[in-house]
Amino acid sequence: MSDLLTLSMILFTIGAVGVLVRRNALIVFMCVELMLNATNLAFVAFAREHGNLDGQLAAFLVMVVAAAEVVVGLAIIIAIHRSRGSVSVDEVRQVRG
Amino acid sequence: MIPAPELDYALLSPLLIVAAAALLGVLVEAFCPRGPRFVVQTALATAATVAALVASIVVYAGGDLGLTDEPGRTVVADEAAVITWMMLAIFAILGVALFADRRLDGGLSAFTGRAADRPGSDAEAEALRLRVEHTEIFPLAMFALLGMMLFAASADLLTMFVALEVLSLPLYLLCGIARRRRLLSQEAALKYFVLGAFSSAFFLYGIALAYGYSGSFAIGALGELHDDTELRVAAVALMAVGLLFKVGAVPFHTWTPDVYVGAPTPVTAFMAAGTKAAAFVALMRVLFASTETDWQPMIAVVAVVTMVVGSLLAIAQTDVKRMLAYSSVAHAGFLLTGVLGGSDAASVLFYLATYGLASIGAFAVVMLVRDAGGEATASARWAGLGRENPVLGVSFAIFMLSFAGIPLTGGFVGKLSVFIEAGGAGYGPVVVVGVLVSAVAAFFYVRMITVMFFAEPDGVAVASGAVVTTAVVVLAAVGTVILGIAPGPVLELVQQTGSLIP
Repeated sequence: MSDLLTLSMILFTIGAVGVLVRRNALIVFMCVELMLNATNLAFVAFAREHGNLDGQLAAFLVMVVAAAEVVVGLAIIIAIHRSRGSVSVDEVRQVRG
Repeated sequence: MIPAPELDYALLSPLLIVAAAALLGVLVEAFCPRGPRFVVQTALATAATVAALVASIVVYAGGDLGLTDEPGRTVVADEAAVITWMMLAIFAILGVALFADRRLDGGLSAFTGRAADRPGSDAEAEALRLRVEHTEIFPLAMFALLGMMLFAASADLLTMFVALEVLSLPLYLLCGIARRRRLLSQEAALKYFVLGAFSSAFFLYGIALAYGYSGSFAIGALGELHDDTELRVAAVALMAVGLLFKVGAVPFHTWTPDVYVGAPTPVTAFMAAGTKAAAFVALMRVLFASTETDWQPMIAVVAVVTMVVGSLLAIAQTDVKRMLAYSSVAHAGFLLTGVLGGSDAASVLFYLATYGLASIGAFAVVMLVRDAGGEATASARWAGLGRENPVLGVSFAIFMLSFAGIPLTGGFVGKLSVFIEAGGAGYGPVVVVGVLVSAVAAFFYVRMITVMFFAEPDGVAVASGAVVTTAVVVLAAVGTVILGIAPGPVLELVQQTGSLIP
């Protein structure tokens, strides 16, 4: 059990670091997905530990939400690619940080 | 046979009305011809928000609210939830009115005709010529409103996560479709989306850990004592990070100025008021339920830093919209002081009402002050506005005074009540910082008033004929003054809220 939790924490951290250091919006987006899936691993691991199905149910819900997020996210990224020809989060800098 | 659960549909009617309106809006998109569609969508959204307000009042007046004892319930319609629904419905009525005003920009709304076109391309010119419009903004706003209402009424962490996404995803899209300065707008959408998804992943991991130690998703289970302290503290901390991001508290505020500035102003108005209200109620539900976890010191630090950083950065701004964005960060800090009490939501709810009204009004004024290039948001260009257009000037002055917390405006009563709440909980030093910061913050609010009334006019035009937006400004100003002069009824209303633990 704690091995699974450790693995999920490692995956979550990889995702989080990826969001912070990568520049391409698509890669950043994939890193967010990695974080969500790391959470799914934690959910099913805990579900097994508790012996109830709530955690597995949660994993399904998260997948659906992640799919909805993909739709919205890719729409935004495509719109930006059309108007700029690039999806680097660094070049997207019209306003001051 | 699986027996169907007994649902109290009357109690949930405000949620169901908004959900039905959102889905109907999608159908209207599919079947209504383009000509009347904008009007039909506006009427539908207005009717739904008014109906949701009436339904919330009826539900509240009907009594018998709140805690059904059924185990495994996911939504709770207690006093706090229903009062938040009323508040959100009022914000949405005003917000929809701002969305629908097409008289601002020579007969065009604040939203682009066809978001898929490259800004400045032939296709965009063609869309403009054909007067194509994105009427999807109304169903999207209804979905966002549904998410906000559900967010404030969740009794279950998983429901809260889904509500968070239902409220966020439409807002990400709405942020990216401004008619003017679309590159900025798209950038705002991307920034909001990436950081929003990032923070909701943290929130979700917090939920996973909370499930890990309690074996259930019920918010009420957060307070149960378990041996595994690390897991419990990590869970509450991660969930707090996700929620503090949504309310825009420092250090999770970096998206706020860019998104508020880049988004179409009607969206900014709706988002500033609505998201903050929903997210604060959700934050209080999670924190108040975590009775075994000592979260107050963390929130106290965040509150102090948020007040100080938000106000100091707001002083440095020369752009009105950006100043309002940083001021919203500062207000998140003041609101957090009201959370420190740890059990009473009344002061925060009152503050949310005053802040929401004033900020919708203030952004509506931003929509109205224009020049040839769209909204003229540089504060220097607002010179003399109050003398040329007293209605707008006085209204904006009222909003600024309310933000500053000057007596006779709603903001004063709000600030007073959150400070009393924090002081009563033994956080005197936080209150002292809050009072000092309020004094500093008053500087830039009053500076705006000085610019508007005591400087020579700069030839900025006010959109004439934008009756609806002007009406929103006046209504918000009147509401702000009423909340300041006669706060009694609303204060009594918010004091009916119970412990918030579902």
